[in-house]
Amino acid sequence: MTVKKYKEVLTKPLLEENPITLQILGICSALAVTSNLSVTLVMCVALTSVVSFSNLFISLIRNYIPSSVRIIVQMTIIASLVIVVDELLKAYDYETSKKLSVFVGLIITNCIVMGRAEAFAMKEKPFISFIDGLGNGLGYSVILIAVAIVRELFGSGTLMGYEILPLVSNGGWYPANNLLLLPPSSFILIGLMIWGIRSYKSDQVEVNEFKLSKHATAPDLTKSELNA
Amino acid sequence: MNDSILKTLTVSFTVCLFCSLVVSFAAVSLRDAQNLNKLNDQRIKILKTAAIYDPAESIESQFTRLTPKFVDFSNGLLLDEFEGLDLVTYDPVYFSKQAGFSSPIPPKLDIAVVKNKENIGKIYLLKDEESQLEKIILPIRGYGLWGTLYGYIAIDKDLNTIRGLEFYEHKETPGLGAEVDNPKWKALWDGKKIYKDGEIEIAVIKGKVDQTNKMADYQVDGLSGATLTSRGVTNMLAFWFSESGYRETLNKINYDS
Repeated sequence: MTVKKYKEVLTKPLLEENPITLQILGICSALAVTSNLSVTLVMCVALTSVVSFSNLFISLIRNYIPSSVRIIVQMTIIASLVIVVDELLKAYDYETSKKLSVFVGLIITNCIVMGRAEAFAMKEKPFISFIDGLGNGLGYSVILIAVAIVRELFGSGTLMGYEILPLVSNGGWYPANNLLLLPPSSFILIGLMIWGIRSYKSDQVEVNEFKLSKHATAPDLTKSELNA
Repeated sequence: MNDSILKTLTVSFTVCLFCSLVVSFAAVSLRDAQNLNKLNDQRIKILKTAAIYDPAESIESQFTRLTPKFVDFSNGLLLDEFEGLDLVTYDPVYFSKQAGFSSPIPPKLDIAVVKNKENIGKIYLLKDEESQLEKIILPIRGYGLWGTLYGYIAIDKDLNTIRGLEFYEHKETPGLGAEVDNPKWKALWDGKKIYKDGEIEIAVIKGKVDQTNKMADYQVDGLSGATLTSRGVTNMLAFWFSESGYRETLNKINYDS
């Protein structure tokens, strides 16, 4: 395998095959943990390390996993990694882990991790699987960080906790947009991003599953036919 | 080959064994650091409430300035020991959920929706260099909009003036009710009075406090857009400073000194 292939596996998920904007995976945490940039960064590191290492370990034993129990084996590995990450956070970054609360645990159910294990790590060699996990984790991070920057800057007037736009309530001039502090605002932001990316890269637009046919006019029925 | 029953069982068993080893190793080796974090988190809030927190110094040594005391809610007495409970690690919130250590509050008196109250509380006394009482730090809790707010309030040695208020856990709306964490708002509490002629008058009002009002000392600006959280904080204080809360204890301290 060439360096070019590695590079492609690493960079493709950033924009072209982004797990959030193309595959619409991992939306739940993208809504929940993006009101504050520093919390988002920790979440991104947590997810990226889980998806890379789960890819690595699953790929290492891919030739030994019986297909009848493969999903359970993958889940066991993913769940263990998530618990380890959660424990590490509680030990070394307690403040952030308190803010992330259940969302670190919920990485287990993040479709990106499972999706990469099934789609990539089960077929490919360990090292390139690790790189693929890293790429997808970074793809997830890029979107989350972008959403978090908008939400924190315009929602609370700060970035990483530092005041950028002084709020009216603190004696400044910027009236905070409270909608951005609530999870549904990420829906709107991610929606706008998907729109932007798909207008720029039109090959991402999904083909309609069916075409609407033209209106057919009902045949004229006489009164007696209707009554029949 | 991979799908034989023996292989399936062996692989599942090996994976489970290996994963459980990794998880238990992580849990056991990190437990001390985690417990310390949890403890320090609480302690920092208490120190902040007492307005003596200095991030540069070790939390451990700063915390020695505070003297913990048990409060017997049945008679309001301050105790140094109570039936084998450990004064250092005792957690009133935990014991408020234990049968035998707590009692339900009659619904009529339960204005802050506390539901169960521990029989034995724990407060902290801050003393100055001549070991004279300077401030008292009391844990409080009560219902806001989405859930219970947990916090501490510091009162002055005159037993009527608030010196600080901090919440360490709540579920209020970010940007609205969660502004209880806003340092500007918390600073408003310093110097406010609780009792006027024996009645609890302290309240979070709607809008801004009119400083010319003779009740201005008993009122705190409301949180805009968070009427229910503001009302929750008022009710919480009304509960904990009433006879169901620390009132008797405060009277006893007053009598002693």
